[in-house]
Amino acid sequence: MRKLLTVDTSTYVLSVGLYDGDETLAEYVSTKKENHSVRLMPAVRCVMEDAGVRPEELDGIAVAAGPGSYTGVRIGVTTAKSMAWALQKPLYGVSSLEALAYNGLWSSARILTFFDARRGQAFAGLYESGGGAVYQVEADSMVMLDERLTRLAEEGRPVLALSPDLDKHRELLQEKLGSLLVEAAGPVHTVKPSGVWAASRGRTAEDIHTFVPQYLRLAEAEANWQKRQSDHG
Amino acid sequence: MNENIRILAVETSCDETAAAVIENGTTVISSVIASQMESHKRFGGVVPEIASRHHVEQITVIMEEALNEANLTFQDLHAIAVTEGPGLVGALLIGVNAAKAVAFAHGLPVIGVHHIAGHVYANHLVEPLQFPLLSLVVSGGHTELIYMKEHGSFEVIGRTRDDAVGEAYDKVARTLGLPYPGGPEIDKLAASSDEAVELPRAWLEEGSLDFSFSGLKSAVINTLHNAKQKGEIVDPGALAAGFQQSVIEVLVGKTIAASRQYGVNRLVLAGGVAANSGLRKELEKTAAKEGWALTIPPLSLCTDNAAMIGAAAYVRYQQGRFADDRLNGVPGLSIS
Ligand SMILES: [Zn+2]
Repeated sequence: MRKLLTVDTSTYVLSVGLYDGDETLAEYVSTKKENHSVRLMPAVRCVMEDAGVRPEELDGIAVAAGPGSYTGVRIGVTTAKSMAWALQKPLYGVSSLEALAYNGLWSSARILTFFDARRGQAFAGLYESGGGAVYQVEADSMVMLDERLTRLAEEGRPVLALSPDLDKHRELLQEKLGSLLVEAAGPVHTVKPSGVWAASRGRTAEDIHTFVPQYLRLAEAEANWQKRQSDHG
Repeated sequence: MNENIRILAVETSCDETAAAVIENGTTVISSVIASQMESHKRFGGVVPEIASRHHVEQITVIMEEALNEANLTFQDLHAIAVTEGPGLVGALLIGVNAAKAVAFAHGLPVIGVHHIAGHVYANHLVEPLQFPLLSLVVSGGHTELIYMKEHGSFEVIGRTRDDAVGEAYDKVARTLGLPYPGGPEIDKLAASSDEAVELPRAWLEEGSLDFSFSGLKSAVINTLHNAKQKGEIVDPGALAAGFQQSVIEVLVGKTIAASRQYGVNRLVLAGGVAANSGLRKELEKTAAKEGWALTIPPLSLCTDNAAMIGAAAYVRYQQGRFADDRLNGVPGLSIS
């Protein structure tokens, strides 16, 4: 079977999983508000040692590459790509929003996953479930959340909203989507290690050296610089 | 025969992604640096978020080049060393997490290194450090006088109270309309001028080994401003020369005071500003006069690199001072 290590640090949630084919060997999820840089390596060592799997026995590493917190995804991506490089094992990058969408795998509604990106903005993805997997309906992107919701309401189809920042935006969701909004109770609003596992199925391996996070947004200084260039040009 | 100890070192504290393999703390087997200078030039200085993004793009490439250039594999290594601070936090985190991941993958110990200890140990790659010694550390982020009585022991006996000297160079260069980075530009401009504008020296209170450069920076700005008000033109060469003279006189003066106070006549220069030709010349002259043994690393070892991190790490390796899985990037890490 195939032994896969998964890593997600794209939000405040830290998640690490170890799988052998379809079987879970160990999972670690923590919402403690402490730097991922401090906690990721101990978590990786914990699941590996619990399962008695040595690093060289891995068949691959999957990482949630964003979008999400810039620093967060960099810690996960750097750790995953460095390990994959050092072990010469395949690296699989998945969307953090797709991994989260797997929490709605049994939903017949469309699945909206999003992370708050401040000032009314959000990193958002739209997925649909079918045949035991979720499919991307629209590319992950940074949006004004209210505009995105207005558009979804116009399309007139039920929407399951999954987000670690749901509480902050519940009123807006209810206002914009009304009866189309499907609310899910319980701990289904954060990325699970198994979501990263599921999203990585069937992927082709990344080029490790050139693999970088999906920021979906330029650094502010870069955006300003590009604007100045086009203003002059 | 003793086994040769080989350390793969990683440095990502600012805008260089660097990796090196060092043997026994003194021999550079390989040293690779990817500079982001060109990218940051557009912004007139290092942009932290962009630096972090570049480090992720480069980190495994550079580590691989360092191993390839050394013609070694992980099985030939004894430890992974990495700069844990000080520096830009987002930049440090890339090196720290890469180092921990690689070390975990191959069951190697991790050694956290202080960036300034690295700069000082660049000298160890030139000739073995002898103690006690003084080190004058001058860079874009640091201006410090350090007293070392033995390997791995650092006592900061003087430090800047405001700007680092390299920072002052960059700010004055910007005022004079010179491109980033400003240090080499001012050094060149100063060397080309026969005249120097008289500017103040910040000696601070009697007996202090501390530095201050913000007053000098303001004096440069005021000189330009006052001249402009009067419709006069200040010769930029003379102003650069005046600025550089003031900086060097204070740096060298405080170093002489430290040497007398601590009874130490060994000096090692460290940090990116050690590339400054005016400073090198003045220190060489002073060393001859005062009877110091002076070491100045070659330019390639003065600016940020990973070889120096590997050299400093070897001392920790011998002392068994290893980091654990929780090693973090610490932007304000203190040296002692
Ligand atoms: Zn430095």
